[in-house]
Amino acid sequence: MDSAPAIKTENLGRIYKIRGPKKKGDQKELIALKDVTLEVPRGQLFGLLGPNGAGKTTLIKILCTLLLPTSGTAFVDGLNVATQSQDVRRQISMVSGGETSGFGLLTVEENLWMFARFYGLDNAVAKRRIAEMLEILGISDRARAKISDLSTGLRQKMNFVRGFLTDPNVVFLDEPTLGLDVTAARDVRTFVKQWMQDHPDRTLLLTTHYMAEADELCDRLAIIDKGQVLKDDTPTNLKHGLQQNAIFNLKVQPIGKKPQDNGRIEDVPGVQTVAVRDHAEFSEINLTLQDENVLPAVLTHLGGRGSSLIALEKHEPTLEDVFINLVGRRLDQDTHGQENGASE
Amino acid sequence: MALVKPLGDLPFVRANPALRAFVIGAWLGWQIESNWARPLLFAIYAVARPLASALLLVIMYSVITNGATQEPLFAFIFIGNALYIVVSSVVSGISWAVIDDREHYRVMKQLHTAPMSYYSYLIGRGVARVGIGLTSFVITMLVGVVFFQLPIALNTINWGLLILASIVGIIAMQGIGVILGAITMQLASNLWFLGEGTIAALYLFAGAIFPLDVLPEALQPFGMFYPVTYWIELSRRALLGANAPTFHAMGAIPSETLLLILTGMALFMAIASYIVYRLSLHRAKEMGRLDMETSF
Repeated sequence: MDSAPAIKTENLGRIYKIRGPKKKGDQKELIALKDVTLEVPRGQLFGLLGPNGAGKTTLIKILCTLLLPTSGTAFVDGLNVATQSQDVRRQISMVSGGETSGFGLLTVEENLWMFARFYGLDNAVAKRRIAEMLEILGISDRARAKISDLSTGLRQKMNFVRGFLTDPNVVFLDEPTLGLDVTAARDVRTFVKQWMQDHPDRTLLLTTHYMAEADELCDRLAIIDKGQVLKDDTPTNLKHGLQQNAIFNLKVQPIGKKPQDNGRIEDVPGVQTVAVRDHAEFSEINLTLQDENVLPAVLTHLGGRGSSLIALEKHEPTLEDVFINLVGRRLDQDTHGQENGASE
Repeated sequence: MALVKPLGDLPFVRANPALRAFVIGAWLGWQIESNWARPLLFAIYAVARPLASALLLVIMYSVITNGATQEPLFAFIFIGNALYIVVSSVVSGISWAVIDDREHYRVMKQLHTAPMSYYSYLIGRGVARVGIGLTSFVITMLVGVVFFQLPIALNTINWGLLILASIVGIIAMQGIGVILGAITMQLASNLWFLGEGTIAALYLFAGAIFPLDVLPEALQPFGMFYPVTYWIELSRRALLGANAPTFHAMGAIPSETLLLILTGMALFMAIASYIVYRLSLHRAKEMGRLDMETSF
């Protein structure tokens, strides 16, 4: 098993059948994953970056044996997730962000003890590890508090303890900082980084739609959208691919008053990608241009549409730009182009 | 339940995912059921509700028979009803555990990614419900003996038969509970009613408050294929001894035969529950229903 990659998927597909509101036979199909082929070596912190509805959670659910794939195969620690699910579960743990779950009537300590026992941990070992990890995450003073009395941040930290308590080989973190305040999210990221440093042979798969988080934590990233992996590389390499381009962030006011008059921004020669985000007072445009020389033509175009420039900033490529370049829209828009909101 | 923690530390329990899930499930079930933070609620649930139901029957019976509580039929009804409290607690309790985990505590993801058997865990959760059900049963019976002079004495109870029949009966009830729990895993709506609704509907076919022969002939097979019918009859006999009523058709069947039938049915239910559970689990994973939350 040691030579096998920590995670491997081959042409993995998942289709959901959604029943219509009326007739029994009235079913629609939603393709959540399409031919996903990935390989994550041991010891890597691998990220899945994509908007809501991209298929990240579906992929994690399959790898965690919660969901069966419709097609293809998936292996964790060399074990087939569909046919060796019980063996897979011995090697993994999963922590989801934004969870308000938990047996609220139990104390933090009891809840963690219970999960430790599910994994067959010895009572004394379980208690020692619980005490240690609560200390590391700074919630040892809440060990005897009932879960129902915990804030979202504290509950998430407790979930982290649960996830790492059993010393798993492969950890799945699904949007781990979702809903956390800045301090709690930073604590969680620090813990993840430290854990990977302390356990160089373990593997961690993280899904996020926070590009800064992906950039900060991940050794390698796959960009996923509409159920497909679009690119898979290190964050540096992904950004390096855009190095020869010129990337600008423009704030204009107003935009789109006369959109048909002189065509779309994308039609300006040399414009590679455009992502627009409308705010109340202005519109924000992320532009990837072939080179800086294209900018005057873009500004002329915008002027022709009646837009006035408020701010212009050139910046180094970010993962957001990589995403826009690959997908054609911003990361904070879901698969339908709506800003966040949709679930996977 | 204080025994559960050290029990869970036994090496053979720790090494076996099914056993450790059972032990922890029983511990958790007891934590949930005896949530003494709300003692009033617990008292209402465990004592007042079954007592109220028993008293309702007593009143109805008294009105119809003009207070003939010394008749064998009264003991038949009272004990049958009290025993059915255990059935209701165990069977609906297990399917309720699925709903609790999925909708209330929202821990299905955490439980189903842990290396343990959710099937055994559910049985463990059911054990706590057995405790609650038996407590309610004993209290109801005490009321029956003290206030309605049920012909039961500690030294006339056939303890061997009672314990044996109860062990086998509870296995059968656990089986039915897991089957309902497995079906609950597939449901997105009306899931709240499945356990309690089914158990309420089967109340009529269990020979709890009237003998099976009273039912129309076409409906009698429902009772004959319901393991609870045999458990109630055997327990009633064990409790009443020589005073056990023999006015109904089942009264003529020897206890040994009834116990054999009950054992066969319990075995069938245990096997069937495992098969149904496995199929349902597979289907839930196939359809993406395992951790769905319906907010119903």
